[in-house]
Amino acid sequence: MFIHLTEEQELIRKTVREFAEKEIAPVSEKLWEEQQFPYEIWAKAGELGLIGLPYPEKYNGGGGDWLSFVIVLEELARIDCAVANALMANSSAASLINHYGTEEQKEKYLKPILTGEKIGAIGLTEPNAGSDAAAIQTSAVLDGSEWVINGSKIFISNSDNEITGPVVIAAVTGTKENGRSEISNFIIPNGIEGFSYGRKLNKIGWRASSTGELFFDQVRVPQENLLGQRGAGLRQTLSTISTGRILIAAMGLGILQGSLDRSMAYMEERKAFGKPLTDLQALRFKVSDMATHTHAARLMIYHAASLRDAGKPFDKESSMAKLFATEKAMEAAHQAIQIHGGFGIMSEYAVSRAFGDAKVLEIVEGTSEIQREIISRLLFQ
Amino acid sequence: MKRTFDTEEKIIVENNRISKDGVEWVINPYDEYAIEEGIKLREEFGGEVTVACIGPSEAEKELRTALAMGADKAILVEVDEDELQGDEHTTAQLLASLLKDRPFDIILAGNVSVDNGAGQVAPRVAELLDIPQVTTITHLTVDADQNKATVERDVEGDVEIVEISLPALFTAQQGLNEPRYPSLPGIMKAKKKPLESIQLGDLKLEQQDLAAKTEVVEVFLPPEKKAGRILEGELEDQVKELAHLLHSEAKVI
Amino acid sequence: MYSNVLVLAEVKHGHVRNVTFETIAAARTISADGQITAALFGTDMNGYAEELIYHGADRVVLVPDAALNQYTTDGYRQALLQLIDERQPDAVLLGHTAQGRDLSPRIAARLNSGLISDVIEVKMSEGKPEFIRPIYSGKAFSRKRAKDGDGPLVVTVRPNNIPVLARDVSRQVDVQEIPVEIKDLRTVVREVIQKTSEGVDLSEARVIVAGGRGVKSADGFKPLQELADVLGGAVGASRGACDAGYCDYSLQIGQTGKVVTPDLYIACGISGAIQHLAGMSNSKVIVAINKDPEAEIFKVADYGIVGDLFEVVPLLIDEIKQMVH
Repeated sequence: MFIHLTEEQELIRKTVREFAEKEIAPVSEKLWEEQQFPYEIWAKAGELGLIGLPYPEKYNGGGGDWLSFVIVLEELARIDCAVANALMANSSAASLINHYGTEEQKEKYLKPILTGEKIGAIGLTEPNAGSDAAAIQTSAVLDGSEWVINGSKIFISNSDNEITGPVVIAAVTGTKENGRSEISNFIIPNGIEGFSYGRKLNKIGWRASSTGELFFDQVRVPQENLLGQRGAGLRQTLSTISTGRILIAAMGLGILQGSLDRSMAYMEERKAFGKPLTDLQALRFKVSDMATHTHAARLMIYHAASLRDAGKPFDKESSMAKLFATEKAMEAAHQAIQIHGGFGIMSEYAVSRAFGDAKVLEIVEGTSEIQREIISRLLFQ
Repeated sequence: MKRTFDTEEKIIVENNRISKDGVEWVINPYDEYAIEEGIKLREEFGGEVTVACIGPSEAEKELRTALAMGADKAILVEVDEDELQGDEHTTAQLLASLLKDRPFDIILAGNVSVDNGAGQVAPRVAELLDIPQVTTITHLTVDADQNKATVERDVEGDVEIVEISLPALFTAQQGLNEPRYPSLPGIMKAKKKPLESIQLGDLKLEQQDLAAKTEVVEVFLPPEKKAGRILEGELEDQVKELAHLLHSEAKVI
Repeated sequence: MYSNVLVLAEVKHGHVRNVTFETIAAARTISADGQITAALFGTDMNGYAEELIYHGADRVVLVPDAALNQYTTDGYRQALLQLIDERQPDAVLLGHTAQGRDLSPRIAARLNSGLISDVIEVKMSEGKPEFIRPIYSGKAFSRKRAKDGDGPLVVTVRPNNIPVLARDVSRQVDVQEIPVEIKDLRTVVREVIQKTSEGVDLSEARVIVAGGRGVKSADGFKPLQELADVLGGAVGASRGACDAGYCDYSLQIGQTGKVVTPDLYIACGISGAIQHLAGMSNSKVIVAINKDPEAEIFKVADYGIVGDLFEVVPLLIDEIKQMVH
């Protein structure tokens, strides 16, 4: 059971914090403004071993634990949630390939996305299938030794940029006996014929994360690009999604901590009515709540991650952590702007940029409503 | 390597000494350049980088950071600073005694610590070991075949290019390099690297060798600076007023 | 009290450095009735002896060895050790300069002596010399005393802090030569590249005009340089400006960088991070020019102008030019 961090984990936090403050903070506004993917930061994060931390050393990973990776995402999101998301979405693709890929697939597709050379993406969502993942329509038909894929995907993080590596997508490969779609996962190399991107998506959050719209028009991939077993697509995705939820929660924690730190710093230096803002009880209470929520979220997330590290069930804990941390992050981002007053609206202030990011977190990797559904299902089962 | 207060720390004086309560510690920034340069030399020429520190047992944390950056070994000479009551002479004696029986090609150190700021220990050690030195270096090129090095050193803003025979001691100035962050796998490997802990008694030194040559009588803070005057009015008038004030009130121009 | 104090003089750009006169003044404080000997290393130094005497030295010794025309640790170390052996001083004082910082610890270590570095004030207290020096880059100070050592106490004096003695041309000039033997130099200085402008060194400058991130580019330093030139000062920078690549790290002022105490410090577009304040807040008069009225720098400034440095600095240059005329 998680009680306190090890000295190593503390040093990881210190290192990532310094990295985020020195390398990301100075360019964060520019990235936000230009909705630009941070290539240089991605490469440096790779060099530092941030990206592949919890994956096997055999595939260029760091052989580390998930709690440490949570700390990495938390510290990155404290400065810039979009940068953290690049690691998170990459990790989703990495998790699938690492768990279900063949040795060849791992050599070819996993290794480069753990070092920062390439970036991985995962494509599940479609215009007509968000939370309802079984409703996807993209199809894959076996034609001789090749799969022929047709359809489209939307809101796909890490896609559509120069270093996008493989995109792992879900497609319907048939109909099961019960009449439902048989869904399988495929590894689609970037840039192959028939695979194209749609317009650039403009977002209010995660702006420095490249988010693409994917089109597949008679895309042909060899049979061996099927990931794991045919028909196991949704099961595969579900098996890694609880981990993803911990990581999204960690990003919420980063926003909570960032909102708290920035609010306190602002209150300490800013004066109103002839006294520092720290003298105003209405504002002091806001940071009390923020600090309490930050602490609670941290305990929930670290606990879920340490369950994961110990190989124990953690589905309920990860959903609870995701629900709590992201909703409280939204609240904290909102209050941080309130504390900053007019400055809080300006995009040059990090608190304003975190606002859109917090909103994204309540939606991705299962909306708050889905989390409540899952938690209640696990409670009543 | 010395551990120092983080440069962001405010200084609080209590009972005639600097309070260490709740302080964030870091590797002395100038020593970080020295460690980085050592690792770079190892990457170029092979060999081994050992980081040595005189300090309390807590300094193990900063030594682990140095190991995480890529140093191979660490040595901590554990001392209780309050008990030792030493000065720069004391520290140099300890270091020289530690180093004299160990093989080395190059000794690197920070040119100054950001706390005490005397910059004495490294040159004192060079003298006690009877090796040459170049201080405040900003560039180092080693010629391993000729057993010498060419360095650039910062001399109050000008640059001196100096050739020196090895073994030698160098002190690092800002600009020498950009210290790397410890990589996460590096952090995880650091735990397994050797960290040798040495007690005062293990070094063959007499009490009289260590006795401080100087003593601190008082530690105090600078007088509180009075809030200055923010000038008002049209910008041009403000500038006129400023020039006038600097001339007639402050008498500095 | 010391009876026999040796001061190592420094000559730069054809002048005795001011810090040498300041060091002689410090020597006089701890040796009111003793003899102060100033040493000049290198050939053709005779012409500087007079000024040393006028500024308070009782005697000048010349060590006219060509090996000392360029500073090297080994050469100066040998010469100074032989001189100490010859003169038997009870205190040796140097400027806390590049040379003094490099040399003094080696001398102290060789003589098994105490060394009090970077002293900004010297005084006598109950008959005992006391030395005040900054710690934590000036965030605090320590008052130090010598304990009994085997050799003479060694002290280095920070430039720009101790007032020089009144120049007295009636003082008797007493100059003598002492030969030394210098051998086996382990370092060779191949080249010296002058980078500082007009020879105004940051650590000794009476006026410093410093720029921060607000300067925005390398070109942005031009008006600052112009202001510094008008005032006969030097240009410095904050870490932010150096990190951003606007200027060389050799200009950096702060806890990692140079610590300066000029008479006038003009901070342009510098927010005033605590590390920077550590490097300059003991300046005698501080002027802050910054767009942000909340900037920390205003808290340590004697005079502040809230405004764009690119408007204020040119106006100030004009104004000062007019005053000079």
